[in-house]
Amino acid sequence: MKKTIAALAAAVLLATTVSPSAFASSEEPEQPAAPKTGVTINVYNWGEYISNGVDDTLDINKEFTRRTGIDVNYTTFDTNESLYSKLANGGANYDIIIPSDYMISKLIDEKMIEKLDFSNIPNFQYIDEQFRNPKYDPKNEYSVPYTWGVVGIFYNKKYVKEPVDSWKILWDKKYAGKILMFDNPRDSFGIAQKILGYSYNSMNVEEWENAAKLLKEQKPLVQAYVMDQIFDKMSSGDAWLAPYYAGDAATLVEDNPDIGFAIPTKEGTNFFVDAVCIPTGAQHKKEAEAYINFLCDPEIAAANVDYIGYSTPESAAKELLPEETVNNPIFYPSKEILNKSETFVNLPEDTNLLLDTLWAEVKMGGPGQTATLVAVLLGFLLLYIGIVVYKKMKAKRELQ
Amino acid sequence: MKTISRIYSAVLFLFLYAPIFVLIVFSFNNSTTMSRSVWSGFSFKWYAQLMQDGMLLNALRNTLVIAVIAAVVSTVLGTAAAIGINGMNKWMKRMVMNVTNLPMVNPEIVTGVSLMLLFVFFAKGMGNVSLGMFSLILAHITFCLPYVILSVMPKLRQMDSHLYEAAQDLGCSPVLAFFKVVLPEIMPGIVTGMIMAFTLSIDDFVISYFTSGTTQTLPIFIYSMTRKRISPEINALSTLLFGTIMVLLIIVNLRQSKDKKAEENLIEEA
Repeated sequence: MKKTIAALAAAVLLATTVSPSAFASSEEPEQPAAPKTGVTINVYNWGEYISNGVDDTLDINKEFTRRTGIDVNYTTFDTNESLYSKLANGGANYDIIIPSDYMISKLIDEKMIEKLDFSNIPNFQYIDEQFRNPKYDPKNEYSVPYTWGVVGIFYNKKYVKEPVDSWKILWDKKYAGKILMFDNPRDSFGIAQKILGYSYNSMNVEEWENAAKLLKEQKPLVQAYVMDQIFDKMSSGDAWLAPYYAGDAATLVEDNPDIGFAIPTKEGTNFFVDAVCIPTGAQHKKEAEAYINFLCDPEIAAANVDYIGYSTPESAAKELLPEETVNNPIFYPSKEILNKSETFVNLPEDTNLLLDTLWAEVKMGGPGQTATLVAVLLGFLLLYIGIVVYKKMKAKRELQ
Repeated sequence: MKTISRIYSAVLFLFLYAPIFVLIVFSFNNSTTMSRSVWSGFSFKWYAQLMQDGMLLNALRNTLVIAVIAAVVSTVLGTAAAIGINGMNKWMKRMVMNVTNLPMVNPEIVTGVSLMLLFVFFAKGMGNVSLGMFSLILAHITFCLPYVILSVMPKLRQMDSHLYEAAQDLGCSPVLAFFKVVLPEIMPGIVTGMIMAFTLSIDDFVISYFTSGTTQTLPIFIYSMTRKRISPEINALSTLLFGTIMVLLIIVNLRQSKDKKAEENLIEEA
């Protein structure tokens, strides 16, 4: 009896371990599953930002567990800032985090991420030269690039007939009420800064104020400041022009032939990188480095970006991708465009504060409008108190 | 007048249920862009994807486990607390009730942050362990408790206190009297409290967000999708949850009306 149970258990184990996703099994049919190590690494990544096994894609985390025997507890965040607050508050021991460029430089400044041991990450060799030693991590000690992309403009070809090659089109009165803008300060200010010919990482107060002035001029033309609603508003024809991240272009452009995507070549654009890091005090640093190494494996990287839609920093992975993706200037823009583009770097505290107040002014309409709003609210309050007092007095009179 | 009141209630129901209706319709949308506003044919595609999405199912499992444990534990604790409070003198009762009601009027974010600070303090003391399932369950029990107490209290007040004494007169031990007489009498309040705790726990975002550590519940998972777009898988999942709750409610209602009928029959026979 005991023997049959053992045999059954073994059979079940075999069945579950030998059936990973189709992609992996076709590559390495005989590789057996590694024995469980009992270690679980905590991974914190953007939402919808890893190939997850849906629709015959490769389930990256499952494949990692199968190859190394290390379990993955995978969780997701929505902005760099919420990642930062999670780490800063404590109580969450992550082993792997994937922030964007400017957040990485902030985390380095505040000693919240650890130097990597690159001898455990031999696959770093596949990372292309142009992605090494980036501005946010000048000596390339803390991070390994995961994906990258640029910001461009989505437009509806039915209504926007002229060539889209400059950010200035977002200020064109012809398209009033049909323009969308980013609902985050750095991306929105970035567009104004490029029109004015400033750097994204300027520390000059006057430059930031000029950019804010430009955004205020644009405000009457803007339909809404949004993030992911861009997809719905663009595909339904509600809006005609919207700046967004190129990596998300694929689905939108493929599904609706009217929608085009262009990178403003006149002024240049924002070039962003999301990279893998290990937070200070991670409990499973070695296993985390094994995970980073696994992500850099060209096959894995190719399967991953194929699902995500962003671009890979590895030429070896590019070779495994469909040709139409690699030749698509949306995903892999020319060298000239890249040379003109700029990355975000962490801003000093006072510049960040300035940016926040200016952004609030742009969206809310400045201190003048806030004052009227307060006045109106006070008016209502007074009216309410007046009514209450009047009613009380009336009740008293009736009693008498 | 009657037509006006009819139109009014129709508009009211439309207002309440239109979002859910749209959500259900778009869970069957056959689009590749994950669009939530353009209809492009009927399909079960998102339901199929939902079943394959390990991360989503994992988040759902966490949410359900937490909700069940939090509901059961807070119901037991809350019922016991309510019985104890009911036995206090008037002054004490009023004071304790105010203290238990405080967390309900307290903004969720304050509860969330203060629980996080407390948990992090203890976690640091215990050798830097990570917050997770355990802290989430504790937090959920904490914020569900007042609601259970609040829904059990009225039933206790309605109950004739002499019933318990009568049961003991007729030979019940105190424990037996409690289980045979008091508990059935306050059962509706307990069930309401438990259902309330369960639903509150399932859709809590703010408190979970601060106390989750490295564990992810469904609301947090959905929220983290907003950089790209919220996948229609979520529509499909919400439709399934909505359907399940509808069926449960209908069953509960049917049973209640059956019980009532049985009771009426008994009275008639007597």
